[in-house]
Amino acid sequence: MNITTLTSKRFLVPAVLLLVLVLLAIAPRLIGLDHINIMTDLIMWGVLAVSWVIFSAPTGYMSLATGGFFGIGLYTSAILYAREGVLLPLPACIVVGGLFSFCAALGIGAVTLRLRGIYFAMFTFGVVEFSNRFFNWFELEIMGARGRNVAVVDTATLYYIALIIVVAVMVTAYLIKRSRYGLALQGIGEHEEAAAHMGVDTTRLKILTFAISAFFMGAMGVATGPRVFYVDPTTAFNANYTFLPVLMALFGGMGQLYGPILGAVSFGYLRYYLITKVPYQYMLIFGITLVLVVVFLPQGVGGLIQRVQNRLGGLITKLRKGGPVEQHANT
Amino acid sequence: MTTRLILDIVFNGVVWGGIYALLSMGLSLQYGVARVLNLAHGEFIMVGSFLAFTVCSMFVGINPLLSLAIVGPGLFILGFLLHGTLFKQLRKSSPSVGAFEGSSLLATFGLLYIIQYAAKLEWGSLPANIHFLPTPIRILDVIVPTNRVVVLVFALGISLALYLFLSRTRLGKAIRAAAQDPATAGLMGVNINFVLALCFGLGAAIAGFAGVLHILCFPALTSMGLKYTLIAIIVIVLGGVGSIQGCLIGGLILGIVGQAVEHYNAMLAFPAFYVIFLILLLVKPKGIFGKS
Repeated sequence: MNITTLTSKRFLVPAVLLLVLVLLAIAPRLIGLDHINIMTDLIMWGVLAVSWVIFSAPTGYMSLATGGFFGIGLYTSAILYAREGVLLPLPACIVVGGLFSFCAALGIGAVTLRLRGIYFAMFTFGVVEFSNRFFNWFELEIMGARGRNVAVVDTATLYYIALIIVVAVMVTAYLIKRSRYGLALQGIGEHEEAAAHMGVDTTRLKILTFAISAFFMGAMGVATGPRVFYVDPTTAFNANYTFLPVLMALFGGMGQLYGPILGAVSFGYLRYYLITKVPYQYMLIFGITLVLVVVFLPQGVGGLIQRVQNRLGGLITKLRKGGPVEQHANT
Repeated sequence: MTTRLILDIVFNGVVWGGIYALLSMGLSLQYGVARVLNLAHGEFIMVGSFLAFTVCSMFVGINPLLSLAIVGPGLFILGFLLHGTLFKQLRKSSPSVGAFEGSSLLATFGLLYIIQYAAKLEWGSLPANIHFLPTPIRILDVIVPTNRVVVLVFALGISLALYLFLSRTRLGKAIRAAAQDPATAGLMGVNINFVLALCFGLGAAIAGFAGVLHILCFPALTSMGLKYTLIAIIVIVLGGVGSIQGCLIGGLILGIVGQAVEHYNAMLAFPAFYVIFLILLLVKPKGIFGKS
């Protein structure tokens, strides 16, 4: 790494980011309102994948509760932003829904983050299914109806709201990664006892980060409510919302912040394509893709890009030095 | 509550408990030895049920219990091959046991989709039934269909056979050694890849047995797998990973509690299981019989 690449990177990355943001901001005009719904969907998957990565990637605790927090958000929108009567403006609903998820995560985290490894995954995996069954019972037996309707919001507004949330989650993820908390989280993932001995309050940090990631999942849930119109326990607390973001993050690669977004966009689009083309076989094809990704792309596409970049970078420096590139090009 | 009602609940709970015990023994082998938390485990149960259904509709008049002889080896081979290819590869490429557990969990989630949707394409999404010995018999004060008694006897028999296999045979000893410390077991001359694949296959076969027993009493659905995976997970947490007695007792507890809650409201059975799970994780995260 020499000084020219550093400076070029310093200007290149913000410039590209700015360009992407501007393109996204004018996207409703560029591709038309008909297709913007798909974009919103892809952004939703991106938010879920990035917020999953915030907690699970550095600490190594595999959370399978994403669907639960997302469902809390959906239900918040169905109650506070119901078609029968809007109680709060949508932005306020989003914050409230996020806070509900935040509090739920604090509770779940306080109970379960003492558990190591697979027990945590097992427990959070059950949370979604539990919420599904419990709310089914609650809605049918206590409230007397299975589903709820959400008030209508126009497509472009929903798109911009999703865009704001994804920017917020990316900034949060970046700040956490760069801060000393990010380092501490990394430490927990590598060796928890050692991190604790170094003075990291591991339990508090884990619970807090878990709750922050849940906040964004819940907020995105509220923002998705008006887009799906109808919320019932089986669609809200669905295992898909848990596993697809994990798969997307894995596919994109978790080492870089753009990885989960890359994964969400490509997989979200693949999913959309398969649903419309082969509705009966799509889950089958999806399962096969998942297995293939886990086996053959453990570092994701992002890792692949990094590898290629490193190799190219090495090649270029060697060329500049005029060293014996030819013999070592393949190593 | 009358005595008859209580007996009724207990008996049905014990039958379900036998099925739960079997299916969690399968998962216990897969997770306890091969370190694969198999989210597709419930799908093997579903495949077991539907294979039995297919066998019974191909050979009309056959005793449905004979399908055990087809389902068991069939699923064993499937599980063995799965481990020999997919999980062996993952195990080779994973840097640590923790990483392997994480990536294999995700891979089994993919398997879940593959098996479940392949089954939907093959068998549709309507409930399937096998008509088997519905004649009622009277035990103590309860009147029960004969098929449940037969199923209970088979579930206990298969559990006992598995227990004897693990505790008395040379191969069982190798499996127990591999569960405790795969690296050392390997050094002692245990063919570790073979033993792990064997356990995964055995787990799938036992899940298949549970599936056959399930469809003899209760209707089966192609979408029922995930529910049984979760129940199996709760049972093995309850009983402690890798303990046959634990699975049996955990299964019975869940079966009886499930029937009792179902008597009050069928939709609350699963939340009740989960509450048990929650309390247990708080009080004794290694399970009732687990070594801490």
